Amino acid sequence: METHLTAIWRYAAAALVVVLIAAGGMMAMHGSSAPPADLDLSRSKATEKGVFLASVEPEAGSFKQGELHSWVLTVKKPDGTPVEDATIAVDGGMPDHNHGLPTSPQATAHLGEGRYRVEGVKFNMGGWWVLRFAISSPAGDDEAVFNLTL
Amino acid sequence: MRSRTAAFALGLIAALTLSGCGEPDFTEAEKAMIASLSLSALPPLPADPTNRYADLPAAAAFGATLFFEQRLSRDGNVSCATCHIIDRQFQDDRPLAIGVATTNRRTMPLAGVARSPWFFWDGRKDSLWSQALGPLEDAREHAGNRTAYAHFIEKEFADRYERIFGPLPDLSGLPENAGPLGTEAEKAAWKGMRGEQRASIDRVFANLGKAIAAFERSIVHEPTRFDRFADAVAAGRDPEGEAAFSDEEIQGLKLFIGKANCVTCHNGPRFTDDHFHNTGVPAVKELPEDSGRETAVAQVAADPFNCLGAFRDGGEEACGELRFMVKSGDALKRAYKTPSLRGAATRPPYMHSGQIATLDDVMDHYNTVPASTRGTTELHPLGLSERERAALIAFLKTLAE
Ligand SMILES: [Cu+2]
Repeated sequence: METHLTAIWRYAAAALVVVLIAAGGMMAMHGSSAPPADLDLSRSKATEKGVFLASVEPEAGSFKQGELHSWVLTVKKPDGTPVEDATIAVDGGMPDHNHGLPTSPQATAHLGEGRYRVEGVKFNMGGWWVLRFAISSPAGDDEAVFNLTL
Repeated sequence: MRSRTAAFALGLIAALTLSGCGEPDFTEAEKAMIASLSLSALPPLPADPTNRYADLPAAAAFGATLFFEQRLSRDGNVSCATCHIIDRQFQDDRPLAIGVATTNRRTMPLAGVARSPWFFWDGRKDSLWSQALGPLEDAREHAGNRTAYAHFIEKEFADRYERIFGPLPDLSGLPENAGPLGTEAEKAAWKGMRGEQRASIDRVFANLGKAIAAFERSIVHEPTRFDRFADAVAAGRDPEGEAAFSDEEIQGLKLFIGKANCVTCHNGPRFTDDHFHNTGVPAVKELPEDSGRETAVAQVAADPFNCLGAFRDGGEEACGELRFMVKSGDALKRAYKTPSLRGAATRPPYMHSGQIATLDDVMDHYNTVPASTRGTTELHPLGLSERERAALIAFLKTLAE
């Protein structure tokens, strides 16, 4: 199911890039990086299948383009109980640019109360970024997708 | 929704083209982008906790001596400064660097080098001090070896070395020439040494890199006409005198941060995202296959002088770039580091092996976008007019004067 969702996302991203290239042939090196106007920028949401509630924040409160930094991902059950035993994989990229993250971030520590430190995040250019967290726990497997604009 | 965005962008481009782009009337977003590119936006040089000598003046002075020392080479004729020429932006104007022999890559300029997370065109080194070690024992560059360097330091610079780094190890009885990357005889001699002897020589070798790095931290970008223009724009002043841009330069700047999307990768005050990109730069037929970042990730991961190795000072928390490095994937194929564009207009030729002779030819490359010989180019054809190409080049020149 997770791979199914990923495939749909990839297809959507690819389709957007195709539309963009077709519409603006002269918009070189990646095309426009203006994200869709109705992009969901919320940092707290139900995961794709509703298995968890997930929220993210930069560990230091903010971050700078081009600098390596950490995020904290908080995972709860829909009833608000923290998920303490999750395994988390991190992925992402720039849908408009058809590339992934410049680094391979990893969840390196469980900080307690369902909070997980994700180290090694970097955004090397401005525009629309996606951070995707694949979350596995005895309560189920699901994926949380967050949009960011820089 | 996407097509509306694209249509808006197209309309904007049409409007800009028709209006002639003469007036320095920037949008707020453009002003913010221009300010972000100014040297004034550069934060102070961060400390390098992996090199405890990084900000020690005696180490920097010793590093300067080593940087210009030709005896740190097999034939006594090659120093760092042979290719990193001090009054040529610390580069050599050649397509391929020439040390003891001809290399596979273009010499990189050194201004601001201490701010890079990765070194060389492919990022096969992860610290400035570790980078400095690479050429010293590359057979085409200095072509020296580790015990020869240690013996040389003991003979010529023992006092200066020991005042900074403490006592040299006992070198008596060690081979004159030995190292893991040298000739077959040097490799055999290196293998014949005891483990702790090799470790003590490696320590001296690493310290030479740390001194050279301490010196290189002082090599910085000088403000340019662009910076004086950008600072005025950011402050809401009219740029005056030589800081005022011509209509063509303004058009070039608008293209750079707009339609031509140069600023996607050439971003920030150093005009680089410090990352690796496949831009379809053609391979050089005479050179061995070169896959750029794809090959370098394994090299840096296996390097005994990398951040996770025994010669790093300080804690492992400084090693994030290496720990969280992307190790595989198509995006690494023939991906090379985004070079700074500061000073680029006056240092042809361009690209990682000097494949492109002039800025005009660079514009051709971005306009026509050849397919990559390996992996996929990230570029899409720019479709710039002759006038737009000239404007971009005029803007690039403001970064070199
Ligand atoms: Cu991008």
